[in-house]
Amino acid sequence: MPRVVLVTGVSRYLGGQLAKILCEDPAIDQVIGVDVVPPTVKLPGMQFVRADIRNPVIAKVLGAAGVDTVVHMGVIATPRQAGGRATMKEINVIGTMQLLAACQRTPSVEALVVKSTASVYGSGPKDPAMFTEEMQPRHAPRSGWAKDSSEVEGYVRGFSRRRPDVAVTTLRFANFIGPGIDTAMTTYFSLPVIPTVLGFDARLQFIHEDDGLEFVKRAVLNSYPGTFNIAGSGILMLSQAIRRTGHQRLTMPEFLFMPFGRSISRAGLIDFTTEQVRFLTYGRVLDTSLAANTFGHEPMYSTPQAFASFLARREVSVA
Amino acid sequence: MIPIRGEEPIRPRLVEDLEPDLLTRLMEFWAFVQRRLAGDYAVDDLGFDPEFNDNVLMAMVRPLYRSWFRVETSGLENIPDVTGALVVANHSGVIALDAVMTQVALLDEHPFHRHLRMLGSDLLFQSPFLGEIARKAGHTLACHPDAERLLSDGEIVGVWPEGYKGIGKPFAERYKLQRFGRGGFVAAALRTKTPIIPTAIVGAEETYPMIANVTVVARLLGLPYFPITPTFPLLGPLGLIPLPSKWFIHFGEPIPTDHYPENAADDPMLIFDLTDQVRERIQQTLYRLLMQRPSVFG
Repeated sequence: MPRVVLVTGVSRYLGGQLAKILCEDPAIDQVIGVDVVPPTVKLPGMQFVRADIRNPVIAKVLGAAGVDTVVHMGVIATPRQAGGRATMKEINVIGTMQLLAACQRTPSVEALVVKSTASVYGSGPKDPAMFTEEMQPRHAPRSGWAKDSSEVEGYVRGFSRRRPDVAVTTLRFANFIGPGIDTAMTTYFSLPVIPTVLGFDARLQFIHEDDGLEFVKRAVLNSYPGTFNIAGSGILMLSQAIRRTGHQRLTMPEFLFMPFGRSISRAGLIDFTTEQVRFLTYGRVLDTSLAANTFGHEPMYSTPQAFASFLARREVSVA
Repeated sequence: MIPIRGEEPIRPRLVEDLEPDLLTRLMEFWAFVQRRLAGDYAVDDLGFDPEFNDNVLMAMVRPLYRSWFRVETSGLENIPDVTGALVVANHSGVIALDAVMTQVALLDEHPFHRHLRMLGSDLLFQSPFLGEIARKAGHTLACHPDAERLLSDGEIVGVWPEGYKGIGKPFAERYKLQRFGRGGFVAAALRTKTPIIPTAIVGAEETYPMIANVTVVARLLGLPYFPITPTFPLLGPLGLIPLPSKWFIHFGEPIPTDHYPENAADDPMLIFDLTDQVRERIQQTLYRLLMQRPSVFG
């Protein structure tokens, strides 16, 4: 039986990298990439469909190609990537609803892999030291990407109830970092003067981009239904991470941090959202033992190593 | 120079003799500073920074332990060398100095220099600076997952089940144990099959004798209590200096939990019984230590 994998969000970094990895894998016969804009780098093995997952065209694509595995990488993290918060929310939430509706109608779909985020756990002082998958958030995210992701996960749960025959894997990733990827975190740690909240030192956890993609690939090739936390082992304190960048740290009280963040957001430097500020204040750490046991694989890069590989890129670009 | 038999040869103290020691110590210190500035140190998943804790935080409170309160610690043989245990102690003294002193006791006096990982309140982790320092010192939020995680990792976990009722009680009620919460600590010990070590601390009650509690101010500031002591707020910042009472910390005989069945933690009656047993042991030890104490300031 030929294996046909559909990947959403291929024109962005992670989606594109994943499509490339899947194209190179002999176990997969066809890779269909979907996005609103064409990818910047052409992939010879991938069939690109320029479609907006916000409209029902996606159902036709799924049915016509006989797709068996859908990988949803299309949840956008920052408004800047989408061109505004309203568009971002529409792509994230309405897009996911459309995609899931199409999957439900397509009998050939056997597996769904969703890239989610650890930010669905929120961040706050009442959090346990480490989150396991079954824990409920104690400070549920109320805005932005994190809120979108919780809603997306909700729709995915609804879908798996309606199509119990489909193996649904939800991967909750810690913040991606690495030599190639650009995220709010990489921008934050590239600021010459890094603002932090006075009196708090967040515990941070990262996942190296290669490790993250490896987990998605393994979820596509094998069936691991369930929800999994994925993060590099160990943690870095925010203060420690900033020391490792060698940049200046600027601490300010909490009530000044948000206005400051907003003003540099306006300057187009970085997207600062309430959720990110909470994350940078209280941090968040995942218990990844379930993924390690189920996948039989652990990330190659620990959190400090993943951070080091991000720093190495910066040094190369300076040189 | 002819050495006299039976005596060490007397030599003048040369700079060369002193220098290597001083130099190594200076170099070690310099290496430490550089490591800290470069962020080149490891913290555990809970944010515990052993290097910072042992060299900076504990160094700051050690004089209090040694010279100010002259703490006498006993029963250290009841603390396991490498495995996990749950230290349960009485809580007193307005600010939780007793918890800090117990931490020093286990680090400095235990042959295996054990780190005490305490379970703190929500309020602690909400407060700026305090929450940050608590994390770096290895403490975490009092909740089941964290307690069980630390205990199954073989750590010594410290709980003060009286909580704010203990440290915020008036001086007249000194050494009378308050209510012991819901016994969550017993459930954590049962689930991880770790022994409970009832611990009694004498001396902390007299550090800040609380005469009154101004609830109106406490409510305004969002604090559990606002203490009036003979020196605070009368003497202003000077009132923050604790009275130099003489302290005793006794780690009692462990109460084993590994002989209970698997689902023992789901038996509320057993939890209540064990909680009472721990409470009773601590109370008895407190009375015994108080009888032996020559005077408050020893």
